[in-house]
Amino acid sequence: MRPVDELILPDDVGYTENHEWARKDGSAMVAGITDYAQEELGDIVYVELPEIGQSFEKGAEFGTVESVKAVAELYMPVAGEIAGTNPELENRPDLVNEDPYGRGWLVMIRPADPGEMQSLMDKATYYNLLKGL
Amino acid sequence: MRYLPHTDSDIAAMLKVIGAGSTDDLFANIPEAVRSGRKMDLPPAMSEWDLRARMEALAAECPDCKFFLGAGKYDHYIPAVVTNLLERSELLTSYTPYQPEVSQGTLQAVYEYQTLTARLLGLEISNASMYDGASALAESLLMATRIRKKSKGKIVLSSLIHPSYGQVVKTYFRPTPFEITFLPALADGRTDVSALADMDDVVAVAVQSPNFFGCLEDLAGIGSLVGQTEAIFVTCFTEPLAFGLYQPPGTQGAAIACGEGGSLGLPPAYGGPGLGMLATKMDYVRRMPGRVVGKTTDANGKEGFVLTLATREQHIRRARATSNICTNSNFCAIAAAVYMACLGKIGFRELARLNYDKTEYLKQQLRRAGMALPFGAPTFNEFVVKLPPGFERKHAELAASSGIVAGLPLAEWYPDLADHYLLCVTEKITRADMDHLIKEVSE
Repeated sequence: MRPVDELILPDDVGYTENHEWARKDGSAMVAGITDYAQEELGDIVYVELPEIGQSFEKGAEFGTVESVKAVAELYMPVAGEIAGTNPELENRPDLVNEDPYGRGWLVMIRPADPGEMQSLMDKATYYNLLKGL
Repeated sequence: MRYLPHTDSDIAAMLKVIGAGSTDDLFANIPEAVRSGRKMDLPPAMSEWDLRARMEALAAECPDCKFFLGAGKYDHYIPAVVTNLLERSELLTSYTPYQPEVSQGTLQAVYEYQTLTARLLGLEISNASMYDGASALAESLLMATRIRKKSKGKIVLSSLIHPSYGQVVKTYFRPTPFEITFLPALADGRTDVSALADMDDVVAVAVQSPNFFGCLEDLAGIGSLVGQTEAIFVTCFTEPLAFGLYQPPGTQGAAIACGEGGSLGLPPAYGGPGLGMLATKMDYVRRMPGRVVGKTTDANGKEGFVLTLATREQHIRRARATSNICTNSNFCAIAAAVYMACLGKIGFRELARLNYDKTEYLKQQLRRAGMALPFGAPTFNEFVVKLPPGFERKHAELAASSGIVAGLPLAEWYPDLADHYLLCVTEKITRADMDHLIKEVSE
């Protein structure tokens, strides 16, 4: 495990307590899991994502990521409808390890309330959360 | 190792530690409705020598029989090499090893079993075995509900699936909202699938081939019919030797093939233990019950074997396990792997041919002797024959006097088939045995 100081924590995303991130992309949001989460899980071998068009509440489980020795549930950072899923992950689930905020993105969400993005933690708050862990 | 159960003082000591007053207190959270409340119906304990004498007396009651009896368990010859290899201490263990550090040999043997099973059934991946054919079928149908993400709907079974398998499926599905429906039989001894066209919400269709009457189903035809619907096509078998001669289920449209592998090097042994085989397409691997052994490389690039997809199993994320099955027939699976490897592709085919030819001989001779063979579909090593009324009494006499077990009377499972018997011929039956049987039934 890399020290918290060495984890990549971009400024342009919001964070959740469950170690998901979300980034505004036009009227939609792109979401994934944080560098901390992928590091904790280890080599990711499978990602199960929802069907496009499904709607979830904030905090609802929308899928799972499976590593060689653990499975973690994925929780919605904000309420909304799934507008897209990352097609590359079917053959390359390890992209989540390699580039968690880029090519390893998980879902595109059409938020029910665009203002809900404000409820997510900023980089400093999330960093303090990790420090306290 | 002591083979003694807990003594009263052991039990008292354990109860004291956990603070329960009695074993009834210990089990208090198990609802009354699911407890039997009866004492076990067991004879009193015996000394070792009394027990030995009792078992020898039981064995002596069983003469060296000629079994024209199959119906799910087949009396095949087991080459000495199979038993000898299995008795090696590396393989003979009551424990299913998980730890790759210490159990490479067992894991590799199971991996070989999976490979041979997948090839035999014509599918991409096999699990590392299940309890027996009946539970493998029930688990396959549950798997179909997971693949289709259905929580209700129809599970359609051929009425020519082994009747006991049908009962096990009903038991598995009893607490679920799924509805079990049976397809009737055609006059030629195959399944009548015509009703499928008018059915809605079908989640899975299961057909056995060779079926309970020994008849080969038109799997390709049924496969393409089911393929036009949303339903998952599950095929099952009680006699995998048939795939030495006939097309395997995977090439006939089956999404899941499952059944009993006892024919592959395991003795009938009064019905057990069995070997549940289950193979499927790679797409469905994460919906498959039970465990899978995979091949990988270690940090130094050396080949090794590990339990894989373990996150669908009970020991990680128990609440979300793919199925409730929590052990397998590991040793039986290894026996089957040794058996298949010993016979090889050509030997397997030759053995299947021998079973087929012998059966055809018996069918022909019975027909000549004037017996009716009601079903016209092709069969493999098992078939139905109508014997003269009153044969029932002779059936028991024959076993006692000449050691001939003349098949299974079908009336108990299929009341319309009074005086009909299911006969089976394996390589262990000689032509003289068959001629003897024909003489007895013709008299």
